[in-house]
Amino acid sequence: MSLIEPGSGPGSGPGSGAATPDAAPVLRLVGIRKSFEGTEVLRGIDLTVHRHEIVALIGASGSGKSTLLRTANLLEQIDDGQIFLGDDDISDPRAKADRIRSRIGVVFQHFNLFPHLSVLDNVTLASRAVHRASRVEAERRGLELLDSIGLADKAREFPDRLSGGQQQRAAIVRSIATDPELLLLDEITSALDPELVGEVLDLVRELGRGGTTILMATHEMAFARDVAHRVVFLDKGVVAEAGPPAQLFEHSENPRTREFLARFTA
Amino acid sequence: MSTTGIDARPPSSIELDRRAFRRQQTTRSTLIAIVSTVVFAVAAWIFVINTPGWSRVQQTFLNWDVAVAAFPRVIEGFWLNVRVLIYSVIGVGIVSLVLATVRTLRGPIWFPLRALAAGYTDLFRGIPLIIVLYLVGYGIPGLGVFPRMPAEFWGTIALVTVYSAYVSEVFRAGIEAVHPSQRLAARSLGLSYSQSMRRVILPQAVRKVTPALMNDFVALQKDVGLISVLGAVDAVRAAQIETAAYFNFTPYVVAGLLFFLLALPMIRFTDWYTARVRRREQMGSIV
Ligand SMILES: Nc1ncnc2c1ncn2[C@@H]1O[C@H](COP(=O)(O)OP(=O)(O)O)[C@@H](O)[C@H]1O
Ligand SMILES: [Mg+2]
Repeated sequence: MSLIEPGSGPGSGPGSGAATPDAAPVLRLVGIRKSFEGTEVLRGIDLTVHRHEIVALIGASGSGKSTLLRTANLLEQIDDGQIFLGDDDISDPRAKADRIRSRIGVVFQHFNLFPHLSVLDNVTLASRAVHRASRVEAERRGLELLDSIGLADKAREFPDRLSGGQQQRAAIVRSIATDPELLLLDEITSALDPELVGEVLDLVRELGRGGTTILMATHEMAFARDVAHRVVFLDKGVVAEAGPPAQLFEHSENPRTREFLARFTA
Repeated sequence: MSTTGIDARPPSSIELDRRAFRRQQTTRSTLIAIVSTVVFAVAAWIFVINTPGWSRVQQTFLNWDVAVAAFPRVIEGFWLNVRVLIYSVIGVGIVSLVLATVRTLRGPIWFPLRALAAGYTDLFRGIPLIIVLYLVGYGIPGLGVFPRMPAEFWGTIALVTVYSAYVSEVFRAGIEAVHPSQRLAARSLGLSYSQSMRRVILPQAVRKVTPALMNDFVALQKDVGLISVLGAVDAVRAAQIETAAYFNFTPYVVAGLLFFLLALPMIRFTDWYTARVRRREQMGSIV
């Protein structure tokens, strides 16, 4: 696979514990608050994702994981707090939201691909429209990416001709086609048939090995345990616990964490 | 993978028997349909030609000589209708897309524009087209600020004004039918609001509402005939003039036939396309 960019370094492999403390923060959330119609969904979230780090966001449905990811990408306006991407305060209203979003890749649970565009056009759209790459150049890179996930022969097909797993993998390469600094994944396997989950997670694992910085909301506990450097447990809009997977999954002292995890092992 | 092995296998005798029976059934129902249609048509024909006023009606509405004599002028007028139609379609396309887009803008700063667009669509969907034609066709030139324009110009403006109100609602329904995740996906790629609209939302919206748009187009094809009320010498007005000259209504029939012939391909195409879209939707495709 050629997903690994040169110069992205060896990174810290899965299971090597927390990311190195001196690694530069890519995303820094400070005291994030967000309400919907009077209900406070995010109640002061602090969270940092370092370069080459994979952070898994876990928590019950409705705990605010999707909202948190959307605020990080400026798809949702926060009520208080600050968001830093690299050194830039992107929560500043003077920041150029479109430019910032193009520095962050996002994959949602479903309906990611544009049904009226071919798979290749999906992958190349951001390069062409936002980064003003020529069609030839964008397609060369797009085909290379599709080839790396074994979908080169589907490049000219429309998304509805692909399986759910293939669609999500195409969505993932679309999100990294413009080399974003950070990848946000929001339960990207939740809408898939069980037998298709593996291929999608394998691709995420592959990206992580290549050094991509990832913040992912997930219900795949085994995967989070295996791949994430750090796990953040979100409970009712606050970070209830955060730490290396081994600590959270096996040695947690937090009753809420234990109660939540018990539901997955039952 | 080769499928020839399966295709080459001859059907079983039971299947052959079933196919023969189905063919026979098809032939039978086709025959019944043809016979009953012919019987009905002949019966209707016999009834009509035996009505007491038939020969008079035939004389005043279906006079071949009058039709031939009036044809050149009617078709010349009809060409004006076709041109007005083309300009109207372009105008309606632009104005209605702008209106629909404005109506989907979110956020308080857009409120005045949004309200204006909403008021516009309410107003012009509520007023009969013919009244808008009179108001635009006689009112605006009466202001004396615009250079003199032919009647068909103001007729086109009136048609665009009214049809844009309808068509913008169709577009708006289409825009709102596009799943919100599509907008989020587009924005999270870094596309600006207008880029996501142009490259992601509108193409999907237009596909979703194409059957409805084509129906409006068929309606517009007929309504271009109304510009005659402003004195534009289109097919209807030409037919009126010819009718007065010959004391015979056949020119109207000629004009009606021309409108019908223009609309027919679009009507058939609309039905075909609508059926195709429905089939694809049932097969689970999104677009
Ligand atoms: N756009 C919205 N409007 C109103 N309420 C919302 C909106 N988005 C999310 N919520 C509410 O915020 C809470 C957290 O939702 P979400 O972030 O989707 O949680 P999770 O992804 O962890 O399941 C839920 O109670 C949800 O109903
Ligand atoms: Mg969610």
